[in-house]
Amino acid sequence: MAESENIVAETAEKIFADLADAQTINHDKQGAWKAPLWQALTEAGLPLSWVPDDLGGSGASLAEGFSVLNVAGRHAIAVPLAETMLAGWLLTQARIASPDGEMTVLPASPKDRITLNADGSLSGRARGVPFAKDAKHFAVLADGNGSISIALVDAAKCRIESGVGLGGDHNDTVTLDKVQPAAIKPAPKGFDQTTLMLMGGVVRSLQIAGALEAMLDISVRYSNERVAFEKKISKFQAVQHNLARLAGESAAALAAATSAADTIASANSLNNDAVFLEAASAKIRCSEAAEKGGGIAHQVHGAIGFTNEHILHRYSLRALAWRDDFGSESYWAVELGKLVAIRGADELWPLVASR
Amino acid sequence: MTAALRFDPIRLPEKCEQLRKEVRAFLAEEIAAGTFDPHAPNREDNDAPEFSRRVGAKGWLGMTWPKKYGGQERSFLERYVVTEEMRVANAPTRRFFVADRQSGPVLLKYAPEHIKMDILPRICRGEVCFAIGMSEPNSGSDLFAAKTRATKTDDGYLINGTKIWTSSAHIADYMIAIFRTSPPTKENRRHGLTQFLVKMKQPGIQVNPIGQITGQFEFNEVVFTDYFVPDDHVLGEVDGAWKQATSELAYERSGPERFLETYYVLTELVRAVGKNPDTRSAEGIGRLVAQVHTMRRMSVSVAGMLQAGKEPVVEASIVKDIGTVWEQQLPHRVRDLAAFVEETATNRETLEKQLDFAIKTAPKLTIQGGTTEVLRGIIARGLGLR
Ligand SMILES: Cc1cc2nc3c(=O)[nH]c(=O)nc-3n(C[C@H](O)[C@H](O)[C@H](O)COP(=O)(O)OP(=O)(O)OC[C@H]3O[C@@H](n4cnc5c(N)ncnc54)[C@H](O)[C@@H]3O)c2cc1C
Repeated sequence: MAESENIVAETAEKIFADLADAQTINHDKQGAWKAPLWQALTEAGLPLSWVPDDLGGSGASLAEGFSVLNVAGRHAIAVPLAETMLAGWLLTQARIASPDGEMTVLPASPKDRITLNADGSLSGRARGVPFAKDAKHFAVLADGNGSISIALVDAAKCRIESGVGLGGDHNDTVTLDKVQPAAIKPAPKGFDQTTLMLMGGVVRSLQIAGALEAMLDISVRYSNERVAFEKKISKFQAVQHNLARLAGESAAALAAATSAADTIASANSLNNDAVFLEAASAKIRCSEAAEKGGGIAHQVHGAIGFTNEHILHRYSLRALAWRDDFGSESYWAVELGKLVAIRGADELWPLVASR
Repeated sequence: MTAALRFDPIRLPEKCEQLRKEVRAFLAEEIAAGTFDPHAPNREDNDAPEFSRRVGAKGWLGMTWPKKYGGQERSFLERYVVTEEMRVANAPTRRFFVADRQSGPVLLKYAPEHIKMDILPRICRGEVCFAIGMSEPNSGSDLFAAKTRATKTDDGYLINGTKIWTSSAHIADYMIAIFRTSPPTKENRRHGLTQFLVKMKQPGIQVNPIGQITGQFEFNEVVFTDYFVPDDHVLGEVDGAWKQATSELAYERSGPERFLETYYVLTELVRAVGKNPDTRSAEGIGRLVAQVHTMRRMSVSVAGMLQAGKEPVVEASIVKDIGTVWEQQLPHRVRDLAAFVEETATNRETLEKQLDFAIKTAPKLTIQGGTTEVLRGIIARGLGLR
């Protein structure tokens, strides 16, 4: 979807441009920018984009929400916007109303499980939960009594061991020890932890693609400013070729991520090979692009890009960090490989061509 | 943001899927009838004139061209489906592929009407084979260094010089070639080349086969000695071929043939590892599938741009760059992943043979149709660096 057709993404773009300038944020070590930004995002209804009006949200379409995430990635945004959107989406699956304020989702890794106990309480541990420390509520997917449930949990009732991820954002371990949820309902038929991980993976893919677009942009600009050997470095063929490869990685990430988002936005069910292929591929390919593309962006910037003062790390490190959330590319590659093997050699091309 | 590279998620419309079924059914019949072996991409000669006619009879050549020239006025996306299904099946497309993709569109744009009426319907019927005469011994990447001369006579031109690496020249009926009609100018070193339609199998042309490291004979040296081309065989502007040649290359650069040439080894790898792959094979296959899926999504997206009448030069170059690097690495990755597959796997032998051929093929993939380095230069220009 072209941006100009998407008023929601345009609103997000404007808020980030006004209140989340990368340079300003980078220099403000106290985080004074966070509150006004979050407030503006909330006033625009963005954190609850995917929650319908009657459940307390702003009722944007899936497609509109996805493009907000791509924009957020371009600004390497370090408030829990994506997490709150995802949490609202999860709660909505079970028609649980979303509260105000920051939220995040657990589990955030396919390896962790939260269990629903016989007494209706929740137990379990979730590692690598983005922004848990900043969240007022958690949207939780739980397993138990032979079925899958979705719950809203008050963050204050959980134990949070705080951690910091590669990108400098909160990445915490959350332990639930017989916590009574504020609300709990059965997940819709066919919805399971894989569904949540795939959706989370697509969210991260769009953010990674956005961060790569930004890295391409600042790298091209820098190469046109920096002079060495009496020339702009953009005039050196080796530098041009590096930037051409960065453009390729950025384009591949964007193509994979938007294709997966489009697939989910127009799917009747999230429980089929097409969604799996698209979402898993997006996470795998975007993660690879983060590594290759981020590496090139740093190379082009030389030492300056390696400093704290420069904004490059805001994008490069977050893109690298996002690879690990909701299943790493290695995890999804194994799962996708297994699916392909089970379907068999003669079904591989039909699967690829079906998209 | 600077260069906004958009690859919108274009989907193939429903009628493409109907067409895909027809193409698959046709190919299955051809395979059953023994026309070609889908597991043997390394066949000696990829030329199959009768097959070519049958593809033409289906209406799958010149699909996007006007009906009055034998075309079907169908979309680029429909043509895309036919191309990818043929490619994945390892169908013998040599005789018609270049004409359909590239030469026909050039004639449509630049040839006089009587030539269009003569040749285009025959291309559509799968009867004629085309070659591309761009490269010369001292002019490859630097196309504009071409020296083969076209000297004006009363009613045409006399050609003298040598083209090289000319794929299919040995079986071709025609070649679309660029020749030097005047020297380059100071302001524009690309000036002075003209595009011509050349009839092969005439006196004054000698085609000398050149063997390839795969053991195949696909490209040739073509020597012109006082070869006569009539005036009405000039295509487009005299001395202005540089504009035409670069737009022609856009057709060459983003199609499914730019990442599917070694695809067959991936299929055979999946067959060889079976239903319960170990973690290493599963992970390797998963990555390769994610990569080919992404490539294809990008390539379909560019086909959508072409269909919408855009000129996606940078996007097409990106697809060719990433696509050819990928298809070049693919046989090597498959070899890595197949290392622990049991010797007794049912298709181990087929896989080995295919790998052998794909590894031999791989080096050319990033050279033909414009080298990686040249493509990256085009992308860099698109980014505003040149
Ligand atoms: C299988 C195959 C089929 C072919 N079929 C045809 C055909 O049908 N018709 C036809 O006309 N041609 C054909 N070609 C030729 C092909 O288009 C050329 O090989 C290609 O354009 C490169 O030219 P070259 O081989 O002369 O290499 P060169 O131009 O000599 O290049 C050698 C190396 O130098 C690099 N290089 C050259 N210039 C630059 C630069 N400015 N910046 C950076 N690096 C540079 C190249 O990238 C390459 O790595 C075919 C080639 C192959 C391999």
